[in-house]
Amino acid sequence: MDIAAPTIRPPSGDPMLPRLFRIERVKKELSDTFTMEITPADGGPFHFRPGQFNMLSAFGVGEVPISISGDPGDPELLVHTTRVVGSVTAAICALKPGDTVGVRGPFGSHWPVEDARGADVVFVAGGIGLAPLRPAIYQIMADREHYGNVVIFYGSRTPEDLLYRRELQRWRGRFDMSTEIIVDRATGHWGGRVGVVTKLIRGGGFDRHHSIAFVCGPEVMMRFAVQTLGECGVTGDRVFLSMERNMKCALGFCGHCQFGPTFVCRDGPVYRYDAIERLFNVWEV
Amino acid sequence: MVEPDKQDHPIMAIDRDGLNALIQRLAAEGYQVIGPRVEDAAVVLGPVAGVADLPAGWTDEQSGGHYRLVADGKGEAGALFGYTLAAQGWKRYLHPPRTRLWQAHREGRSWRVEAEAAPQRYAFLGVRACELSAIGVLDRVFDNGQFTDPGYAARRSGTFIVAVNCGRAAATCFCASMDTGPKAHAGFDLALTELPGEDRAGFVVEVGSPAGAAMLQAIPHGPAAAADIDAAERAVATATAQMQRAAGGREMVADAAGVLSRNAEHPLWEAVAARCLGCGNCTAVCPTCFCTSVEDTTDLSGEVAERWRRWDSCFTLDFSYIHGGSVRRGTASRYRQWITHKLSYWHEQFGTSGCVGCGRCITWCPVGIDITEEARALAESEGRT
Repeated sequence: MDIAAPTIRPPSGDPMLPRLFRIERVKKELSDTFTMEITPADGGPFHFRPGQFNMLSAFGVGEVPISISGDPGDPELLVHTTRVVGSVTAAICALKPGDTVGVRGPFGSHWPVEDARGADVVFVAGGIGLAPLRPAIYQIMADREHYGNVVIFYGSRTPEDLLYRRELQRWRGRFDMSTEIIVDRATGHWGGRVGVVTKLIRGGGFDRHHSIAFVCGPEVMMRFAVQTLGECGVTGDRVFLSMERNMKCALGFCGHCQFGPTFVCRDGPVYRYDAIERLFNVWEV
Repeated sequence: MVEPDKQDHPIMAIDRDGLNALIQRLAAEGYQVIGPRVEDAAVVLGPVAGVADLPAGWTDEQSGGHYRLVADGKGEAGALFGYTLAAQGWKRYLHPPRTRLWQAHREGRSWRVEAEAAPQRYAFLGVRACELSAIGVLDRVFDNGQFTDPGYAARRSGTFIVAVNCGRAAATCFCASMDTGPKAHAGFDLALTELPGEDRAGFVVEVGSPAGAAMLQAIPHGPAAAADIDAAERAVATATAQMQRAAGGREMVADAAGVLSRNAEHPLWEAVAARCLGCGNCTAVCPTCFCTSVEDTTDLSGEVAERWRRWDSCFTLDFSYIHGGSVRRGTASRYRQWITHKLSYWHEQFGTSGCVGCGRCITWCPVGIDITEEARALAESEGRT
């Protein structure tokens, strides 16, 4: 199996200009995290591939890169799940249905979902890292018969930090996928597992020789996940992960997102692990 | 070298009046002519209206952390281009330090976004060979095969370039070892070589484009004498010789790209960090450093929003900030990023070195950190020189 992290061409025109989108619905997910459904003001569908991201603008405040977390099979509705961590995300969070956000995108490489057909698919997510993986989960579940086992390993800090909680419950109720959840710290009435996500990986549930892994979460979590996957027989050429770096333009012009010789905005965010393994283990790249 | 096959554009000559006519002609055709002038005890680039604005009789002395203007003693009769490099290059005109990307006007709960109008057309007078290479590098950065920066493309395509070959190398120059100078071979409309001479010497002129040919036709000029062509070549050869390491000059070590890519883990990074102030001067004066940030603003009423792009530097802590903290926390990793990007990663990204050998980062570093010496120290630690 030889799969590369693919890229596709984004729309032409002045790539600096945001396109206007209308906010249709805002849903609070966690104390600091919300999901926003938006539609283009000028109509038309918005096509993207799982793992790609958009630059979202709050006019007059700023612009941030946010991964797309909706269903690629439903291009009429663009969905973003965002954690409020700074002034721009706070400004976007303060907008109401009917208000306008600016969108540039979609940008970047995507999870090689089609190329994984025939294999078991292992999703390893940490915290809000589940959001960029959700489109891939949707696409695979819509095309279920072409895949082997589908396994989701999801870790979060506490039960209160579990994203898409009702959806996770639905997934856990399905017979054609396995969803395992673990938290670093049990609070309240948590009766589930406690520990780090690598514990779940060791539990197996996938064919070590015929699996593709999609990994997204904090860099330190991905580091351990990749290592454990390797120990479980999933080699670096079958592990894909989504990197995060500061991003100002998403076009390769601003220089901020450089990760070694690559630009995360264009060559990533989704990388095949063996392509970046050397850099991944160097300090402060 | 003078290519003998350039028969359609034989080598011509102009005198100082011809150069003055060129400046005026460019202005008459709607260009804002930017050239070297003396300001704040340095040669800087700015608008020039005629030969009288050029730095006649001035040369410069440059070394690590050191720059001085020096009079050549001939005053008005002295060389117009006897200096090596202006403190800052042409980047600030093609890729301005601050530029507005768009403006948006509120319309109820929506916005109307307006792109920027066509920019000023510039004519650059006095572009050195290394700087031509740098412009070529920026061309690749802002048209990366996937995206084109429309602002840069508009400014760049409207620019008329008059190159001036170097007859002298500063102590910080190392273009010869980067294969980017000291003679301009392509990328110009006209290229001048100032003839050495005691009094108001003229120029040998080469034509690099149809626009350059047309411009030359519009000003007083004549065929260059064989002796003058020889003198021009000797002048460039002098600059080349001054950069030879064996003669006390400066060279970039061979295979700098490989050296940097092999040494991400090296004690040198902490040693440089002990000297580096992290000020970002090197990135400001570098003719190829392109990194930017954006700032969004509104007017007081909140009815008009704008996005501005401004130069940024990989030496700031903020540059690599993501939620949770900056990726490059220490000066060591920031210096490593800068030099490795410049000399190594750039090849993978843009098919060319990001360094053109102008030496500005050496001159304008407050503590005189020398890109050629740091690369050489890494190479020597590998047991090769």
